[in-house]
Amino acid sequence: MDGMILKIIFILIKILIIFGATMFIAGWTTWVERKIIGHMQLRLGVMRTGPHGLLQPLADGVKLFFKESIVPEGCDRATFELAPILSLVPAIMSLAIVPFADKITIAGRTFEPFVANLNIGILYIFAWSSLSPYGLIFAGWSSNNKYSLLGSLRAAALVISYEIPFGFSIIGVLMMVGTMNLIDIVHAQPDIFHYFIFRQPLAALIFFISIVAETNRCPLDLAEAESELVAGYFTEFSGMRFSFFFLAEYISMFVIASMFTVFFLGGWHGPVLPPILWFLIKTYLIVISYMWLRATLPRIRYDQMMSFCWKVLLPLSILNIFLTACYIN
Amino acid sequence: MVLEYLPVLILMVFALGFAVVTIVMSDMLRPNKPEKVKSSTYECGAPLFTDARGMVSIRFFIISMLFLLFDIEAAFLYPWAINYNVLGLFGFVEIVIFIIILLVGYFYAWRKDALEWE
Repeated sequence: MDGMILKIIFILIKILIIFGATMFIAGWTTWVERKIIGHMQLRLGVMRTGPHGLLQPLADGVKLFFKESIVPEGCDRATFELAPILSLVPAIMSLAIVPFADKITIAGRTFEPFVANLNIGILYIFAWSSLSPYGLIFAGWSSNNKYSLLGSLRAAALVISYEIPFGFSIIGVLMMVGTMNLIDIVHAQPDIFHYFIFRQPLAALIFFISIVAETNRCPLDLAEAESELVAGYFTEFSGMRFSFFFLAEYISMFVIASMFTVFFLGGWHGPVLPPILWFLIKTYLIVISYMWLRATLPRIRYDQMMSFCWKVLLPLSILNIFLTACYIN
Repeated sequence: MVLEYLPVLILMVFALGFAVVTIVMSDMLRPNKPEKVKSSTYECGAPLFTDARGMVSIRFFIISMLFLLFDIEAAFLYPWAINYNVLGLFGFVEIVIFIIILLVGYFYAWRKDALEWE
């Protein structure tokens, strides 16, 4: 019994460390994003709070925490309260299996720098990422606002459409590895010649495009197309409830970018530097490439995006499965 | 085996706790002064004249039906992909038949303009 309690306490500490680190990364990603986009558009970005605006995320957090949270009239109270929680919790949950590094043995005790090592790793990620449309739909429907409802419908249709090429593109990798365990997938890519981005280039491309849509990022962020839908599904949200949607977006951006690292960039493998650092560097490069996309490309029209998903990405991902099957045979 | 999922359960309690406690704390500390104009629905300044929850384009329904179909297919493909090395040629032929049946439905939906947004 004592061993059990000790184990639970140990897991809790690990969760606190990983969660804290992710919140830190998510918070400062907003700063990095504003800076990068600012400089790409020949502006300075945030400059006022702290040196080069470094304390801006902290100031934003404090401000949002103490802001009044307005409940619009005519809203459905229960779903209105549930929506932010339903979008944040899946994002945090998918953190559980991000493999930051391999098992480390210190003084005879093995230490795992991840929350859980599940043999159904990929299905776990898919399960939580397919729960996120509920948050969107609840948010849009409950606010009783036309912009919100349109935004949430678009978002949900988009997310579920891009989920299919997202799921199919991984199958090529799974066929070559023969396991769904994320740790084993990383072990299958020991050096740069074995990275799946070179062995499965088509799958990597499809995966990259669909994760942009999955996390609702520009140029595929029609759910919150400011020019037509104000702020999309969270138009009526303010204060802490509003910030939950942002937190969820940035956490899931980090998690899904780390999935790209695991599946295609060889996870924590790399020379000289410690494994955790390599993992974070690779993941952050993907996150920065999201921002680059946002600064470079204009927003795509909704019908173009849907037909691109169903008529181009889906057949391509099925073709990729077929080609991989032929190649292995 | 079940113990593998213990961290997931703990994380779930933690995540729900974090979300609820943060909202409750913020609700206790923030100002709360609702008034008529502030809590009215945002509509570019114009007064509301209809409820937002009206009719919705049928396209969204068709897309969700197609999603259901292909997502179930993906669920069938995962176990096959894991065991592909073991199944060999038998697995290959089988999955080609499976995908062809699915592609028939896919092209039917395409021809019926289910994928168009005009």
